[in-house]
Amino acid sequence: MSSTQEAALRLQGIVKTFPGVRALDGVDFEVMPGEVHALLGENGAGKSTLMKVLAGMYQPDEGQIIIAGQPVRMTTPIEAKAQGVVLIHQELSLVPEMSAAENIYLGELPVKSFGRVDWKTLEERSNAILKRLKCSFRAEMTVARLSIANQQMVEIARALTVEARVVIFDEPTASLTDAEKVVLFDIINDLKARGVGIIYISHRMDEIFTLSDRITVLRDGAYRGTLITADTTEDDVTRLMIGRSLDLSRDEEPPSFGKTMLEVRNLTCPGLFEDVSFTVRTGEVVGFYGLVGAGRTEIAETLFGLRKAASGEILVDGEAVDIVSPRAAIAMGISLVPENRKEQGLVLQMNCRDNMTLPQIQDLTAGPFVSHGAELAIFDQYRDRLAIKTPSWRQSAGVLSGGNQQKIVIGKWLSMQPRVLIVDEPTRGIDVGSKSEIHQLLRELAAQGYAVIVISSEMPEVLRVSDRIVAMYHGRIMREFEIADVTEDTLVQAISGIKSEKTP
Amino acid sequence: MTRLKAGGPAIAKQGILVAFIVFMIVFSLMSDRFLSADNMMSVFRQSAIIGVMALGVTIVVIGGNLDLSVGSMLSFATVLVVDLHDKIGPELAIPVMVLATLCLGAVNGFLIGVLRLNSLIVTLGMLSVIQGLVLIYSGGQNVDIADQRGTWFAIFGRGAVFGIATPIIIFGALALLFHVIMSMTAFGRRVYAVGGNPTASVFSGIPRSQVVFTTYLISALCVAIAAIILGSRVMGSQNTVGQGYELQVLAAVILGGTSLLGGAGSILKTVLGVLMLAFIQNGLILMGQPYYTQWLVTWVVIIVAVWLDVAAKRGRLFSPIA
Ligand SMILES: Nc1ncnc2c1ncn2[C@@H]1O[C@H](COP(=O)(O)OP(=O)(O)OP(=O)(O)O)[C@@H](O)[C@H]1O
Ligand SMILES: [Mg+2]
Repeated sequence: MSSTQEAALRLQGIVKTFPGVRALDGVDFEVMPGEVHALLGENGAGKSTLMKVLAGMYQPDEGQIIIAGQPVRMTTPIEAKAQGVVLIHQELSLVPEMSAAENIYLGELPVKSFGRVDWKTLEERSNAILKRLKCSFRAEMTVARLSIANQQMVEIARALTVEARVVIFDEPTASLTDAEKVVLFDIINDLKARGVGIIYISHRMDEIFTLSDRITVLRDGAYRGTLITADTTEDDVTRLMIGRSLDLSRDEEPPSFGKTMLEVRNLTCPGLFEDVSFTVRTGEVVGFYGLVGAGRTEIAETLFGLRKAASGEILVDGEAVDIVSPRAAIAMGISLVPENRKEQGLVLQMNCRDNMTLPQIQDLTAGPFVSHGAELAIFDQYRDRLAIKTPSWRQSAGVLSGGNQQKIVIGKWLSMQPRVLIVDEPTRGIDVGSKSEIHQLLRELAAQGYAVIVISSEMPEVLRVSDRIVAMYHGRIMREFEIADVTEDTLVQAISGIKSEKTP
Repeated sequence: MTRLKAGGPAIAKQGILVAFIVFMIVFSLMSDRFLSADNMMSVFRQSAIIGVMALGVTIVVIGGNLDLSVGSMLSFATVLVVDLHDKIGPELAIPVMVLATLCLGAVNGFLIGVLRLNSLIVTLGMLSVIQGLVLIYSGGQNVDIADQRGTWFAIFGRGAVFGIATPIIIFGALALLFHVIMSMTAFGRRVYAVGGNPTASVFSGIPRSQVVFTTYLISALCVAIAAIILGSRVMGSQNTVGQGYELQVLAAVILGGTSLLGGAGSILKTVLGVLMLAFIQNGLILMGQPYYTQWLVTWVVIIVAVWLDVAAKRGRLFSPIA
């Protein structure tokens, strides 16, 4: 970056406090035209808060925002957009009942005489944008019927309707497939080539190193430094971010497997999955790897009593069982950490402690009353174990940072001490430090005799935590690998439906 | 679905309490009878019926639903208990009426909790259906109790214990009981969870249908208790005695700051809402205002109170962002 060039956007000494939290503590940050500037930090470090300040959603307590050399005050997202600053949210913020087109142009629908919406122009324009994003769905589709990944695309499309000076991506890839990611990166490079400044937030180092020109690290709301990507290593960044290096090794102690705790035979649910058979032993982590939509979540939901299989058998600890409801599943010692924390995992307005103890509230009842002490003990134990960052157990779960919300959900199901623990995309949106801790934790749990199923779309994750990997494609199990025999290539082949060798 | 975020500083949530205190001060300056012990007691006593019903409706609303059928359910229960009083005696009339009212609550609970029908539509429908049932039962005749002085049934509406009117005691005791249930028991926690996020509740193994069903039973039970107080006080009943109560009850619940989106609210604040509503109406009567002014003022107050409450949570009065 030449220093003579004017920054597209500059922040100086931004301070933002919430009750009990100093979320931003004098942060400086700038982005040049045509630069991809990555923003990194642990869960709760203040990244999203900083971006919301930028996008006019929060007012900073102190500090200045300077756009093209001029100090500006933005009190609403509309004003920010008028200044050419567009934020693509970490959490989807679409109107589910409306079409993709309406969402894309929400607030600035093209109109004809008498204020009537000009549907034709609206759809033409929206479809053009979606085409640029290489989306396969039409803009007339209702958002609620789109997959999460496609909803994310709509969110991105929304940002492309204005001549943006700065586009902010807050963890855009958390729910995208690899193919969709490639498209997104193309878009980012395209914007960059046109001189737009990009702010990119992600917990995935590989993405940050492929995309970014510079990296700024936040820690506990404070500015820690800015690095030039080309001159730095992942380890440098990690140390700046969490104060130590990461231990990414697998402990090579030979695992000891016990009896078969869960056995699934020929489980079929037409249209979702077919003829699925597998076993999980105590002390074992089985990774389910596949593309989004391969039927893994649906199998998990069936095991947790949320769906009914058309045929097939489930055996828990050698006994054939009929899992009719989540309640029944919980009673059998099955826990499910669901894939969508906001919708399935948390009651957002409820406090952190109550969220965590919700499934076992009945067991914590002594006489007529819930035992306050027992609840707090559980919360404290898992807050420490998972390093959950919250000023107090009274904080409502909805205001926690995304990663800390995910940790609450994990704590909730770990504290049930299940026999079979199913985790669906356990580290979505979790920072590298905590991610490796969660991986470690899953290994430890297995070592303590739990039977663990990990569903993940991230190859490094399944490779790191699993003893065995089940590769799925279109609702079918393609192949099973012992961890010692697996290679990245064979795994990629298996989940793309290429059958090489026969499953043993 | 995007939901409004709860949270914020504790003091910001006390908007209703502040409004209540302001109102008390203003009225006491305008009328010297307002703060007299006599007047206070009579306001408390009169608010008991709406209050008891509002306790039940608060629980329904925290669970994420509405109950608009409580008004005609009150007519039903009151007519029934008064009519049966002379026919089978109060000791049988009360349990029969309570059971019958619980059945109505069970119908609500089944349609809304088990069949998952929209609570606004179901209870609005039940409002008419139950009023129809009352008219069929009574044949359009008003009912009353012949021996108004001799019956022990009078204790509930007209009696007093240690100088405190029974209705106040009933309301106070129930409020305390429900507060404890909602804040300290597993059931209470589940109601908050189901109202806050039904999907996440199911994923947590909470029997959602059963919880919603139970909230409607509780609401019906409250109506039955209110009917005992009302029947005992009036010693008779018109067919449409409960008409309009559903709105007053809902007004008190909203005034108490319970979120109509479900998942948030408090029994004790509903009590505040009930009292505030009662004091506003009483104050206006003391000032010689007709009933339609009372309604006007009441709803202006409710809207302003709700606005201040929301404004306190988001930290500014006018805001384009939720
Ligand atoms: N509206 C709010 N009210 C209270 N506290 C808040 C609010 N928004 C954020 N916080 C707190 O501010 C801190 C920073 O949160 P922020 O969402 O910016 O983190 P983040 O860096 O984006 O984390 P993640 O990687 O998990 O998304 C957290 O401790 C969070 O709990
Ligand atoms: Mg964030």
